[in-house]
Amino acid sequence: MDYNSKLSTQIRDLPRSGIRDFFELVIGRSDVISLGVGEPDKPTPWPIREAAIRSLEKGQTSYTSNLGLESLRVAISGYVENQFRMTYDPKKEILVTVGVSEALDIAFRAMLNPGDEVIYHEPCYVSYSPSIKMAYGVPVVVETREENKFALMAADVEKAITPKTKVIALNFPTNPTGGVMPPEELEKIAALAVKHDLLVFTDEIYCELLYDNQQHKSIVEYPGMRERTVLLHGFSKAFAMTGWRLGYACAPAPLIEAMMKVHQYCMLCAPILSQVAGIEALKMGASAYEDMRQSYEQRRNVIVSRLNGMGLHCFNPGGAFYVFPEIRSTGLTSKEFAIGLLEKKSVAVVPGTAFGAAGEGFVRCCYATAPELIVKAMDLMEEFVNEVRAGK
Amino acid sequence: MDPLIQLLQINSNRSTSELAQILGLTEDEVVRKMRAAEADKTILGYNAVVDKHKAGHRGVTALIEVRITPEREGGFDRLAKRIAKFDQVRECFLMSGGYDLAVLVEGKDLLDVANFVAEKLSTLGGVLSTATHFQLKAYKQSGFLANSGDDEERLPVSP
Repeated sequence: MDYNSKLSTQIRDLPRSGIRDFFELVIGRSDVISLGVGEPDKPTPWPIREAAIRSLEKGQTSYTSNLGLESLRVAISGYVENQFRMTYDPKKEILVTVGVSEALDIAFRAMLNPGDEVIYHEPCYVSYSPSIKMAYGVPVVVETREENKFALMAADVEKAITPKTKVIALNFPTNPTGGVMPPEELEKIAALAVKHDLLVFTDEIYCELLYDNQQHKSIVEYPGMRERTVLLHGFSKAFAMTGWRLGYACAPAPLIEAMMKVHQYCMLCAPILSQVAGIEALKMGASAYEDMRQSYEQRRNVIVSRLNGMGLHCFNPGGAFYVFPEIRSTGLTSKEFAIGLLEKKSVAVVPGTAFGAAGEGFVRCCYATAPELIVKAMDLMEEFVNEVRAGK
Repeated sequence: MDPLIQLLQINSNRSTSELAQILGLTEDEVVRKMRAAEADKTILGYNAVVDKHKAGHRGVTALIEVRITPEREGGFDRLAKRIAKFDQVRECFLMSGGYDLAVLVEGKDLLDVANFVAEKLSTLGGVLSTATHFQLKAYKQSGFLANSGDDEERLPVSP
């Protein structure tokens, strides 16, 4: 059978994730020190796991409301108010989803008509462009640059706005660069969104993981933004709950209602076990992640100083748990560098191009791994870089 | 707590060069800080946390509740320090509640610990009573889970 003719052209023409390509090179090798994992290196804190075990013992295995457990939505409302100084009605302005990935997907599907343009920034997490395309939207890339510490410049956004622009999608702190947004640029982008009557989807998944005593500020906090912003957040990174697949969207009721329609038909509800765990996570709040955040900051300092020390220029990222060193000085492409380092030194980093064309000349290293492994990986990477430069 | 002390508490086996990189200090500074902390007894010592069963140790460990009479001057201190000096005593704490000292004792076998309690501990002037509890199995030691068997593998690459 010619399966290609049986597939949706929309899906058939989607490129495979660059991460998956690289994953297949690494998988099955037991000798690898991996800086290629986009998740915390510790399991979910025990009290959260314990709460889930208890709920299973009690037999809590049913469906929940499509919106999610009301007790979780109330807890989310309190957490969001504390984190973003913004209140949302748990009854109609909060939707619990299967991770931020689902929240993003249904937001695009609920808001986009064919041909609507979405401005998003690259390098970025792998799912933005495909999610926009799957919702029949048109992805419009604005590149972030290292000279701006990978922040999104309002002037670049303005140039990309056309009469067809409907949404600006933001993700700061960013995977893979660790870049954060300076408040003055965020304010200008907010003003642009108001001026051109655009929606903003802001993915805040790394907002708890900020360093150097920075205070996080979300675009939703700026004048005129609450009514046009879909705030997306989840539990994966700060609470080390990647495998629980739990996220949420906060937005004005009409937008949540539209997202709910998609969610109820494709997902029904997030798993009750994860939702119960989420309630416990929000009860723990910062106590669940503050020690880990501090240790990430230490590790970031190590990896940035080592990378710069070996002549791979690396800006000091303000958040998340990634560094994005420039590897152009080795004369290799991102992919050549990552494959060479894997084959010669058994260290896995992800080519920057997995996160969009703007990632060429960079690799992503995740420092959510044990400090001694980071040091060892940096020793091996330094050997590799020296060998490449010596023409070996 | 000092970040260096925190790191050593988690893993005292790290090299000084590793510690220096993690903390953004020079190796000399790390060594100097460690020596200072050892000298003022902030760091009392360095131990490997060992699963004794796996290491083939066939001895026994007992937690002994000790009730003692406080003295007019010095309260419990003089006698507690005396008890702590015995080689068999691994831990010794003053406790609130129904007894005064929690004393963790290691011995070759039950008889060895029983003899220590009968001949050395109970006979000290000021010791009113002892209650000995033998340890059967370790689930967690010094913050490390023993034999948990639930070390999870992460994928080598993920988004």
